[in-house]
Amino acid sequence: MLLRVLERVGVLVASLVVSSVLVFAFLAALPGDPARIALGVNATEESVAALRADFGLDRSLPVQYLDWAGGMLTGDPGVSYVSRAEIGPQLADRLQVTLWLVATATVIAVVFALPAGMVMAVRHRRLSGLLLAGISQIGVAVPAFLAGILLVTVFAVQLRWLPANGWTPPIEDPVMFVKQLALPSLSLGLVQGAVLTRYVRSAVLDVLREDFLRTARSKGLTPYRALSRHGLRNAMVPVLTVIGLQLATLLVGAVVVERVFVIPGLGSLLLDGVANRDLLLVQAVVMVLVVAVLLVNFLVDVLYVVVDPRLRRA
Amino acid sequence: MVATRLTRPLTGALLAALALTACSAGSTSDPDDGDGTGPTASTTEEALVAGLVAEPASLDFTTDTANAAVPQVLLVNIYEGLVKLGQDGEIEPALASSWDVSDDNLTYTFDLVEGAMFSNGAEMTADDVVFSIERVQNDWTGLLAAAMDVVASVEATSPTQVVVTLSQPSNNWLYNMTTRIGAVFSQTGIDDLASTPVGTGPYLLEEWNRGDSIVLSRRDDYWGEPPYFSEITLRYFDDGTALNNALITETIDVIATVQAPEALAQFEGDEAFQIIEGTTNGEVLLSFNHRQPALQDVRVRQAIRHAIDKEALVATCWAGYGDLIGSHVPPTDPWYEDLAGVAPYDPDQARALLETAGVSDLTLRLRLPTLPYATSCGQVVASQLEEVGITVEQDTLEFPAQWVTEVFADTRDYDMSIVAHVEPRDIPALFGNPDYYLGYDSPVVQGLLAEADAGTPEEQTAAMQEIARILSEEAAADWLFLLPNLIVAEADITGLPENAIGEAFDLTLLARS
Repeated sequence: MLLRVLERVGVLVASLVVSSVLVFAFLAALPGDPARIALGVNATEESVAALRADFGLDRSLPVQYLDWAGGMLTGDPGVSYVSRAEIGPQLADRLQVTLWLVATATVIAVVFALPAGMVMAVRHRRLSGLLLAGISQIGVAVPAFLAGILLVTVFAVQLRWLPANGWTPPIEDPVMFVKQLALPSLSLGLVQGAVLTRYVRSAVLDVLREDFLRTARSKGLTPYRALSRHGLRNAMVPVLTVIGLQLATLLVGAVVVERVFVIPGLGSLLLDGVANRDLLLVQAVVMVLVVAVLLVNFLVDVLYVVVDPRLRRA
Repeated sequence: MVATRLTRPLTGALLAALALTACSAGSTSDPDDGDGTGPTASTTEEALVAGLVAEPASLDFTTDTANAAVPQVLLVNIYEGLVKLGQDGEIEPALASSWDVSDDNLTYTFDLVEGAMFSNGAEMTADDVVFSIERVQNDWTGLLAAAMDVVASVEATSPTQVVVTLSQPSNNWLYNMTTRIGAVFSQTGIDDLASTPVGTGPYLLEEWNRGDSIVLSRRDDYWGEPPYFSEITLRYFDDGTALNNALITETIDVIATVQAPEALAQFEGDEAFQIIEGTTNGEVLLSFNHRQPALQDVRVRQAIRHAIDKEALVATCWAGYGDLIGSHVPPTDPWYEDLAGVAPYDPDQARALLETAGVSDLTLRLRLPTLPYATSCGQVVASQLEEVGITVEQDTLEFPAQWVTEVFADTRDYDMSIVAHVEPRDIPALFGNPDYYLGYDSPVVQGLLAEADAGTPEEQTAAMQEIARILSEEAAADWLFLLPNLIVAEADITGLPENAIGEAFDLTLLARS
């Protein structure tokens, strides 16, 4: 088992190296001089040259890469070309905001999807099951930002129950924090929940067809009791995988939803970086997102090995 | 300024231009002469939240990277200059209570207000003014700083008097002193310009939540009339719809710049809100590349102007908001004349002009920046030019990088483009400089521009009017429309500027009735 985990660690490290090279190379390959791009149309030649020297943009690309990768490893992504502010603290601030959003959305998705998926599976030939399947199909089809716009229109603009947008840190005003978090996390969570429901349904359906469950039913257990006693643990293995994958989707989906709800998270930082032509900042945010996705996948891989005894052998 | 999001990277491309009539030789102004500049009646402990677009990346406007959002917030509110631009476009006293101009228009003597304090506790003296002007000349980066080149020397003759000597008479200089280059900095307060501005203004920076908002709080030790609101929060929105929703749900009190004019309908007829519709300095230009042989024929350029129905165009691409100006002068400039009639919509006239020019099957490339108004106006322009027999090849270039490289700065490989020029009084930069991307080279216009800068206010106005007329008659470009200043606010808020004419969004005049 240790060997398996070590193997996964190796894969993680290799992926990190390759993806960091890709992120760096992609931004380096963009047309235009990053210093000129950062300074804009009005910059004089002298100030462009000064910026290139200040930030070491006149060095060779491999040297720049090693410098940047080393900085990222030690938690120092450098200083923004545009604002001349340290990027690290900004990343930390914004990451917290996004993590709140992703965490709440995940909880909402799971709380919604587990019972709904189970009911859909057990009652898959009845009207109620079909109805639920139809609703979740709509949920799958609606992108999170559209769900966000719809929720804002109904609950903020029409009913005036919740604020339309904004962000308040939880320590400053917990009530406002919850109010403002409600709509964005719902719009992310419900859409992801709808997707997850489909997987829960098919996983539970698979389990329901297993012999051991038929045996449990023949002992006289109701479908739900048989499922919760004997089936759930088996059904959870694929579902856990999907939740892991969805965390990655949520991180990326948060980028868009943050814009709709004017939330100062990683997504808005990324978009601001693009708008301000702040390439180093963009590079750092993209790398953080990549690392987060890779880490989630790694954890899911490891969990696999832990949960499923069959994977430990061979 | 209003067009910050649309044209941000262009801001400052164009050195501000010809100066204003307000200060004639030997004139003085006094803050107490009661010409309608009076501050608010009372002060309160109330707070205001205003929604804006385009959050600054840094609060330092002395560098290249500063976009129009920076002086929009800081000027007048946190930093003050010797003079400021009034709502009617007049140059008004600020830190200089009065000034004298010598008969040869070369020497300006400013008398400073007393008791002005910087927010770091230092007293503002004539030495700070000298320091600030010399700093523009020596340490500012970016093209805007060139406006200070005309200053030959600056001297503090007493703690409250500064004498500035110009190397040549220039009406533009005093006007430019109302912009960011005129801001007075503390000699002990420039260590952290990017995040800690230190000025003499009525507000100071309380808090900056990056990615979200800037909070200004009223100073107790302000030298002048204190403003009404004790705290003003400027919240930044990337999304026009989110901005509208925030006003509807009372998260904010004012939308300082409406980004989606087609969405204004939801506020119309609602008594809770007021809509302000004024003008800006943002001329949306259909530019002609005068280096292209086909466009060197004045009849071809005139034909293009006659071929475009501006009213239909504004209705399509900016929801019908925006004035038709006909030349490169907004109504807020003293030399404004309505020249929209010089080239009225007349497709027959356009075809006739093309025929006399001997041009048939003309093909022009319209290379548009990826800005919402440019791409939507581009469609209308292209289809109307096709009507009179001009083939238009359209493409879009990513803005700013690609557009700047191919149209604006380097290769200039284009026939026509569309972009808003938002700087105040930018005729010299656009049409006085043959090296500019337009390539318009008219010795007559260049001579008149020099006359206008050096002449008396009357001579300046006369020369500028003549220039505007020449530009329009020669079809140096086509002026599609003037970007409107659109503000939506709760109905009881007063002091909102009707026209956006300077660089600052003046928060000190705001109040609740």
